Amino acid sequence: MASTLTSRRRSRRLAADAGLLVVAAAFVLPLAWVILSSVDPHAGLQVKTPDGITFGNFSAVLKPDITFTPLLNSLILCGGGTLLTVVCAALAAYPLSRFTSRLNRPFLLTILFASSLPITAIMVPVYALFVRVNLIDTMQGTIFFFAASQLPFAIWLMKNFMDGVPRELEEAAWTDGASSLQSLVRIVLPLMAPGVAVVTVFSFVMMWGNFFVPFMLLLTPDQMPASVSINEFFGNRGMVAYGQLAAFSVIYSTPVILLYVLVARRLGGGFALGGAVKG
Amino acid sequence: MSAGTGATRQRVPGRPVGVRAASAHRGGPRRSLTRALPVAPALVLLLLFLAGPIAYCAYIAFTDLQLTGQAHSSFVGFANFRTAFKDEAFRNAVWLTLVFTVLSSLVGQNTLGLALAALMQRASKPVRTLTGGIVITSWVLPEVVAGFLLYAFFRREGTLNAILDWLHLPRQNWLFTLPILAVSFANVWRGTAFSMLVYSAALNDIPKEITEAAEVDGASGARRLWHITLPMIRRSIGTNLMLNTLQTLSVFGLIWVMTRGGPGNRSQTLPLFMYEQAFQNSMIGYGTAVALLLLLVGSLFALVYMRLLRTEV
Repeated sequence: MASTLTSRRRSRRLAADAGLLVVAAAFVLPLAWVILSSVDPHAGLQVKTPDGITFGNFSAVLKPDITFTPLLNSLILCGGGTLLTVVCAALAAYPLSRFTSRLNRPFLLTILFASSLPITAIMVPVYALFVRVNLIDTMQGTIFFFAASQLPFAIWLMKNFMDGVPRELEEAAWTDGASSLQSLVRIVLPLMAPGVAVVTVFSFVMMWGNFFVPFMLLLTPDQMPASVSINEFFGNRGMVAYGQLAAFSVIYSTPVILLYVLVARRLGGGFALGGAVKG
Repeated sequence: MSAGTGATRQRVPGRPVGVRAASAHRGGPRRSLTRALPVAPALVLLLLFLAGPIAYCAYIAFTDLQLTGQAHSSFVGFANFRTAFKDEAFRNAVWLTLVFTVLSSLVGQNTLGLALAALMQRASKPVRTLTGGIVITSWVLPEVVAGFLLYAFFRREGTLNAILDWLHLPRQNWLFTLPILAVSFANVWRGTAFSMLVYSAALNDIPKEITEAAEVDGASGARRLWHITLPMIRRSIGTNLMLNTLQTLSVFGLIWVMTRGGPGNRSQTLPLFMYEQAFQNSMIGYGTAVALLLLLVGSLFALVYMRLLRTEV
């Protein structure tokens, strides 16, 4: 009985492996295309072994107007937005986690509700509103909107992480006369550093990949982040240079993949964000 | 993460007395105001840039605001909504959004995510790591990049047709003949990782003894899945379905890059329809009315999602 069970398990593991590999093969094809095409001197739309390896595609796109300016714009937008999000979320999470108030629960429920609304749906009114208040086509306006759209989820996450920091550690500081702000910055935040890292990386990754918000709120080509400028490879420049498009995609995607790996490692496995969303 | 969830559960009543005692001497309503002060920056941002636009959305949906001549907009009541329900293109967009959501989110991401998570429970470690890495990479990639990769995959000269040729199967111009199917697959490719992560976490929470006992009793794989696994993770299924649907409802960039809603309007889901009405046809009022409907549907799902969470939090 025991041996049949083990052998059944082994054959089941083989079946599971085979199943996963089939899915992995299907999923890897588009990824293989972008990697192989980026070093292929004659890249097309198909996955194929490159006709020799070249870095010509990379050197062709590594120019100020194609890569550096859009990436710098992305960095300003997402860096600014993330900084604003994390600071505001940490400040807001502190009283929510530490002090009793009748308003805590309704506030948190509203936050949770707001975090699941489809932001895409409000972009047309945001555009109209930004035209009225002269924030259209400004970096700061886009940063503010990025921060506001990411804040609900960031506050929710931050509060949950903060709840995990024991209060006893803070009480000592309170009796020594430390203010709330001091104990937040010196005691609570360092103790929940992995949590802060998750919120930071998550916000940054969401903004870095966001296309619709800058697409709607920015108009001047010089201000466009990489997520919008990548469309320039199509249309305006005539023939599409797929190798260069692939090379640019690789450059543009690398930061978020590295950030994700960094956070996933830190928290043991990639389940952090999935679990976080679950509540 | 479980630590965070656990702490949320023991909420307000379970608060230690120490906190109250330590700060009791400050006293008074002024104290609670000082305490709430750190929430202010977040609150201001949220009110100005999130609540503001939502309120503005609800207002201009009832006006005939246009891209040009801002000053002349006037209140038109439900006219925009009446136009929408009579508009063939709007009904087309609703239908395509429904197809897109059901195919890619309910059927695709959800089922494939669960299947992957279940297989991962049994698979060997290297295969699990490899597959997980690949699937998660497609999830972490920026939306527009994902769009390009799948555009290349589905194009006439793309990888899919090359494979079909190799298998001696008929090729298709996927983005032309079945654009909604192509973008749905693209969304499955991009979004499955999330379901996989949620379900992996849920399956790990099922005590081993229960499945093993059933296995020893001779319950088949399908029966174990139906009678044990699925009932035990039903909460995760609920929240995952809601979050997938909400994410799918707001997909814009992926479809925009792959098909621009075309050819014609055969892959024009509601967000793309809304964009076209507001900017290509300059009817901001009408576009916003559509946006408001989308927002209402989204809110409905968000409420269901919160309802499901309430039993957990």
